[in-house]
Amino acid sequence: MSEAMLDYDDVIAKYEPTLGLEVHVELNTNSKMFCGCATVFGAEPNTQVCPVCLGMPGSLPFVNERAIESTILIGLALNCDIATWCRFARKNYFYPDMPKNFQISQYDEPICFNGYLDVEVETDDGMRTFRVEIERVHMEEDTGKSLHMGGATGRIHGADYSLLDYNRAGIPLVEIVTKMVPGTEKYAPLVAKAYVAELRDILRSLGVSDVKMEQGSLRCDANVSLSPRGSGILGTRSETKNVNSLRSVERAIRSEMQRHAARLDDGLKVVQETRHFHEDSGITTSGRSKETAEDYRYFPEPDLVPIAPDPAWVEELRATLPERPSVIRARLQKEWNIADKEMASMVNAGVLAVVMETVALGADSTKARSWWVGEIARQANERGVEVIDVGITPADVARIVALVAMGELTDKLARQVVDGVIAGEGRPDDVVATRGLKVVSDDGALLLAIATAIASDAAAAEKVRGGNLNAAGALIGLVMKATQGQADAAKVRELLLKELGQ
Amino acid sequence: MITQNASEMAAAVASGEVTSEALTQAHLSRIAEVDVKVHAFLHIDTEGALAQARAVDAARAKGEKLSPLAGVPLALKDVMVQKGVPTTCGSKILEGWRPPYDATVVSKLKNAGVVILGKTNMDEFAMGSSTENSAYGPTHNPWDLTRIPGGSGGGSSASLAAFEAPLALGTATGGSIRQPAAVTGTVGVKPTYGGVSRYGLVAFSSSLDQAGPCARTVLDAALLHEIIGGHDTYDSTSIDAPVPAVVAAAKMRDVKGMRIGVVRELGGEGYQAGVLQRFNESVEVLRGLGAEIIEVSCPHFEYALPAYYLIAPSECSSNLARFDAMRFGLRVGDDRARSAEEVMNLTREAGFGPEVKRRIILGTYALSSGYYDAYYGSAQKVRTLIINDFNAAFAQVDVLISPTSPTTAFKIGEKADDPLAMYLNDIATIPVNLAGNCAMSIPCGLAPEDGLPVGLQIIAPAMADDRLYRVGGALEAAFNEEWGGPLMNKAPSLTGGVR
Repeated sequence: MSEAMLDYDDVIAKYEPTLGLEVHVELNTNSKMFCGCATVFGAEPNTQVCPVCLGMPGSLPFVNERAIESTILIGLALNCDIATWCRFARKNYFYPDMPKNFQISQYDEPICFNGYLDVEVETDDGMRTFRVEIERVHMEEDTGKSLHMGGATGRIHGADYSLLDYNRAGIPLVEIVTKMVPGTEKYAPLVAKAYVAELRDILRSLGVSDVKMEQGSLRCDANVSLSPRGSGILGTRSETKNVNSLRSVERAIRSEMQRHAARLDDGLKVVQETRHFHEDSGITTSGRSKETAEDYRYFPEPDLVPIAPDPAWVEELRATLPERPSVIRARLQKEWNIADKEMASMVNAGVLAVVMETVALGADSTKARSWWVGEIARQANERGVEVIDVGITPADVARIVALVAMGELTDKLARQVVDGVIAGEGRPDDVVATRGLKVVSDDGALLLAIATAIASDAAAAEKVRGGNLNAAGALIGLVMKATQGQADAAKVRELLLKELGQ
Repeated sequence: MITQNASEMAAAVASGEVTSEALTQAHLSRIAEVDVKVHAFLHIDTEGALAQARAVDAARAKGEKLSPLAGVPLALKDVMVQKGVPTTCGSKILEGWRPPYDATVVSKLKNAGVVILGKTNMDEFAMGSSTENSAYGPTHNPWDLTRIPGGSGGGSSASLAAFEAPLALGTATGGSIRQPAAVTGTVGVKPTYGGVSRYGLVAFSSSLDQAGPCARTVLDAALLHEIIGGHDTYDSTSIDAPVPAVVAAAKMRDVKGMRIGVVRELGGEGYQAGVLQRFNESVEVLRGLGAEIIEVSCPHFEYALPAYYLIAPSECSSNLARFDAMRFGLRVGDDRARSAEEVMNLTREAGFGPEVKRRIILGTYALSSGYYDAYYGSAQKVRTLIINDFNAAFAQVDVLISPTSPTTAFKIGEKADDPLAMYLNDIATIPVNLAGNCAMSIPCGLAPEDGLPVGLQIIAPAMADDRLYRVGGALEAAFNEEWGGPLMNKAPSLTGGVR
């Protein structure tokens, strides 16, 4: 059952959105948050467990120092204050995939707080910076996974039975919560997407997480509310879970704004609830209502001692922070000599990091950019995946650019190589070999094709001899056709004109 | 053989006078003979104990250096996990569970060659002061089988008083080591919080729980304390410092010049006359030994009991949430039609006893949104005030003393229906758990009116556990001289014959 949606332009005409984003990041530490178990993704169920992460009676947690370091790095990168003293807290609720029936988290004493992240969005008036304020960055442990078997939906309702995998239980999780983000207007969905993308880039540059949305190592809960334009009254928010890609962040916010507006227009209330986003339909459906909100009975975790990061250590960590992605972008824009718009299109397509890598491998920046923003982004979009997951690597693209530069491939052939790599036919050189995509650079072969072309279109040849160089096009076309596109057109032109005395 | 002290038994094993196997067998025989009356044990690990004993004998035969208590048997309170050995915490909800790992204290005992005889009875999840809350029936006090042996660690202390074991391990959240020691005429020590690892101690109240030694003499307790104490990376709250020199302190037998404080608030109204009489006599003994006696006041101790009954239930309501039928222990109502949530509810309904449920409900309420500040928050403030009281007192004196328990052992069933009366048993012991410092109970005679043991509590600052042993050792020596031998010589034989 889908709900009524208001046209987006009408939404913006009548309402002002307020965003709120909660991002959960699984850290890539080798061991879990509170025990020594491994954290390898995709291991056989219940093989990375011990008495501690299974919540066996008598077991106690002990803190993974590396996780604290990673969290502080994240806080510093997000311009946060770092607590000089803070504690873990227990969040109490019953669920079968949570071994202790409480989650060790942080409550009113987060380790990082009061930060911000500036994100850039292309607006009607050019690039504009939106400041997203960060409320807190805190540490917690992940839960296990429930697999509901036998039902149609994979959800607990209607399932015959459930299987529990505790491998994920206790993996370090960092929760990054924004303050309410007002004033984004019609760009709200884009700001939300840009925020998550920027956050992802920062986390990747810090090396603290795999940040793979589709594997759940970066998970976003997107909150939005609408207030009637000019009313100053904050609306009721909904919280959309299961938003597993950057594109979905944008779509989920847009869809929720349209749904809220339709309800408000009909004089209905927006229910404060959890919603689930569906990638296929692009809409959300109702999850758990928060009207009967659980009382988590938070209290300080008595099994762990308070954390008091030494300010000198924090400063040491600050000194190790890598260059901020926004700074990198400004530098690259200058180096590559490109316009705002081009930079924006790269950021939008989520290709900046791969372009940088490709350039770092020796490729010309314009060529690298054009492949990633153009052909590869298009194919990723078609498949509904991120560019990094489409099956071609920066090394592949760098190799293809090099092959073109060396005259081994034409642009047209290079496109076929890209297709081949994406299709899984191997690395660029493999595709070139198996598909036989070599530029015909043997002058003898070309001269033979040119002679054949001159013979088959003598009139055009005569015009060229007479000085009408435009007539060469038809002849070049014939040569290219004869060499099945594997000739370098410029080279063909050069030889042809020479042949015809020009 | 079984009436010897642990240190004597260890010496006999070390010298080859007796094998650990024979010593262990003697205790297993004693258990077989008297435990039908006492019910100190929930599980007897005959094979495991004999195997451990033989390993010690083999090590000795090979000339390996033995630890000070190698080959000596011990009774383990059933709240600490031992790999492969049933651990119930006195609760139906864990019936049949065999833990997959050893508690740190258990590993330490095994490494020291201490022979673990089995698991002792206790109030369910250590909640109680009489062992009557055990789901497996009460333990009987060897001094009078119609009376309680104290709690929650009644099984451990009763096993010592019944000569079923020369050593035992207890755990204390409010008084579960000292009060059973007091009412059974034995020695019990609650070490400084963090002095002994809690890893593998099934949590009741994490910020209060502490494992500690139980024995028939101060020196035996000290020897055991040194084995189980020390830092453990598996317990973040354990203190990274050497174990205080408790064995040396137990051997000093000298309190000359020590300043000993008598806590004004721990005595008087509500205390049995015979308990106060023996306590006051003990004060005079200490004065006679050259200690300086100073009366001190700890005005906030009167709020200790209510604060304790907010903090302990709050933490227990969370700690006991893991007993949900999913991964271990009892599972009720799993007919493949009911949901996991229903099975959880039915299991917890059937698996927990009334006192455990009472405390889970109390704690859940105290932590609830809107009540937290008034209850849990206020209780934590009281805790700070009690710590301040102790700090002020220890600025004046080296140790504090009081009666351990207001009364001697009461009759089984006498207070079973009156939780508040039951809670008052721990009025003198609870402040120490709240503040996290250390205390000991040693026998100081029999109450004239009922002939039952009275306990004296010695309290020292955090990580000054050695002071407990210094005072305890000196007093014990003085008492033994006065009584012509240990108090335990006066305990009934339980077999009708001569021990």
